[in-house]
Amino acid sequence: MIIEKKLLKQDSVEKLFAKLKADGRRILAPKAQGDEIFFEQVASASEMAKDYIQTTLSPKGAVFPRVEALFRYQMEGKDVKIENNSEPQPTVIFGLRPCDAASFAILNSVFSWDYQDSQFKSRLAQTAAITVSCSRADEYCFCTSVGGSPGDTKGSDILLTRIGSGDYLAEILTEKGKAMVTLAPELFAEAPSEDKEKYLAKVPVKFDLKKLTEKLPEAFNNNELWMEQSLRCLGCGACAFVCPACVCFDIQDESKRESGVRLRCWDSCGFSLFTAHTSGHNPRPVQSQRWRQRVMHKFSYFNDRQKYLGCVGCGRCSRKCPADMNLLEHLKAIAEAR
Amino acid sequence: MEELRKKARELLTSGAVKVIIGYGPGSGKRVRAVFVRKPEQADLLICDDRCLQNLAVYLTKPEVKALGKAAVVARLPTLRAILQLAAENQLTDGQVVALGISPEGKMTELSQFKAIEEFLAGFSFELSAEEKATLEKLDQMTPEQRWQFWQEQFAKCVRCYGCRASCPLCYCEKCLAECNQPQWIPAASHQIGNLDWHIIRAMHLANRCVNCGDCSRACPVGIPLHLLNQKLAEEVFKQFGARSGMKAAQEYALCNWKLEDRENFIK
Amino acid sequence: MSEFEPKIVAFVCNWCTYAGADLTGTSRIKYASNVRMIRLPCTGRIDFMLLLKAFEQGADGIIVSGCHPNDCHYTAGNFHARRRWMMFRSLLDFLGIDTRRIHFAWVSAAEGAKWAEFVNSVTDQVRKLGPNEQYQKLSQAGVE
Repeated sequence: MIIEKKLLKQDSVEKLFAKLKADGRRILAPKAQGDEIFFEQVASASEMAKDYIQTTLSPKGAVFPRVEALFRYQMEGKDVKIENNSEPQPTVIFGLRPCDAASFAILNSVFSWDYQDSQFKSRLAQTAAITVSCSRADEYCFCTSVGGSPGDTKGSDILLTRIGSGDYLAEILTEKGKAMVTLAPELFAEAPSEDKEKYLAKVPVKFDLKKLTEKLPEAFNNNELWMEQSLRCLGCGACAFVCPACVCFDIQDESKRESGVRLRCWDSCGFSLFTAHTSGHNPRPVQSQRWRQRVMHKFSYFNDRQKYLGCVGCGRCSRKCPADMNLLEHLKAIAEAR
Repeated sequence: MEELRKKARELLTSGAVKVIIGYGPGSGKRVRAVFVRKPEQADLLICDDRCLQNLAVYLTKPEVKALGKAAVVARLPTLRAILQLAAENQLTDGQVVALGISPEGKMTELSQFKAIEEFLAGFSFELSAEEKATLEKLDQMTPEQRWQFWQEQFAKCVRCYGCRASCPLCYCEKCLAECNQPQWIPAASHQIGNLDWHIIRAMHLANRCVNCGDCSRACPVGIPLHLLNQKLAEEVFKQFGARSGMKAAQEYALCNWKLEDRENFIK
Repeated sequence: MSEFEPKIVAFVCNWCTYAGADLTGTSRIKYASNVRMIRLPCTGRIDFMLLLKAFEQGADGIIVSGCHPNDCHYTAGNFHARRRWMMFRSLLDFLGIDTRRIHFAWVSAAEGAKWAEFVNSVTDQVRKLGPNEQYQKLSQAGVE
């Protein structure tokens, strides 16, 4: 659903940032640090990374931070004073990709499933996404195989597509998007009658999702399959931590004598400790079972319970895997197995 | 490369080994670890400049051990890792065949630790001029600048433990990072947790690291972790004259001492 | 404003320095009350994690002390410790952590006066350095 289409001049981005900041919002935008690109607060649009297919970490940290305090406590005599985390600052994420934008709904489906996670929801409510569609893709991208596309509008508040002149075609998609435009209406000109499609990257469909989801329940017991695929897996958590849709977390209490904090930290099913019981028993004792869990959770369990896939096809896990575990390749192998 | 494939085929056909751990084609232009178990798959093996991963990391994995006796395609750091693992009683002589690859790409079959030691003796374990210059640059900074540098680096750390997982010498079944009674290292990837983790990792690898650089290559956020290990390796060499991974039986400098060890910092 | 009083944590071995500090007391020698002593069996037991934890918990300075070389109750605990401290110090320095906040000494059971003098000198030095801001700033960093 597009509310309206506008044109945003390339040199207007800086002015838009100024207006958003004047409105009390923090802006997270891609910034290069060495060869890696992170979403960070930027003072000026000129600090942004220019040319990137994907950022190193996804923008999920804006709504589901790497480490967040759930509450703090302080002993006062015999009483305990509990302090909740303060209201999150209104945030605009700029320059995320359509696949990243699509991940917010996946995260939300978990955090508002049986339990309504107020902290996550208030962060999400305070976050707006100005997405920039993809003009380039690489061999790791597979958004089109999992229901997305390089110019997909899902999850974005404003979608920008760079057109021939270097300016952006802006699709205002939600009320949040409209509210941002209202802050600086003079920056949004009449949209040219251009079709954004021709500026978008071509990402061919790489596997048949329906076949994959049909085959997965049966593949569950195929130990050899999982073992063969995961033999080189080193068991780190890089895939889960760069993933925009991984939601698993660990709760850590850190206390000093009279005060402390309860933290929520990212966790990964790739770790052997993830399922280890206090007794010493581990229901997933080997890496192949952890790899199976990762695939099954994203493409089978998630699909059944949340009506979403747990994957947006951004390809980060495969780009960053130190052992070159290529998710796409392994999904293809399962979907195409006879 | 043909030589390597031929040797792999031979070893598998004769049944001398059950699996060749080597490099094969990966995603795009990448190479990846492959576990060749049939002679006809030997043609998968690749050996060129892209083959950097230290494959010794797989030698201690139960899943890989279960495949049977292994031959491993081994560049110099991998050979050193094998000897270091041997020195730490993680490998026994004859348990693994190393297909040693010299820097020029020439293959030599090394089936005994002694052969690996002799092979390695022909190569220097000095840091390259470039590596030395990087360390030097950091050493010349003021402590405040170094603090700033490392804090910025550690701020990126997400605690995926890719550094640990990719390291052939990080074979502990239970890492200190996983102990929670008491919890020495905060599991959270905040600045204290990250600082503690990287200090521990570096300390536990002093005189054990073989300088393969896999920790830094594995790091998804680009922290130059190998610098910490290189710094301590240089320090161990300077103070105690020890290098890791040189002999299959060698003492660990930090489990050892000499009466005349330096103590000018002690009152 | 009163002058800044540093918190110093001392990790000492049971057999020499702890007994030495006892002697300081029984000899009625006064020394800085900034020091909190933690008694461990041997310097060989003083894991470097303990020192990091002390900083995290708010120590401004750290003392590590035990038996002189050749005097270790367990023969070689202090020799092992010495090597570990060398590495630890150079790593801390490489990370930019202020090593002027960590002090090492050999103090025997007979050196009550040396202990007092050492504690006083460390306290003075750390007082001049001021609060351990490096670590204080870290304690909340990275948590949203």
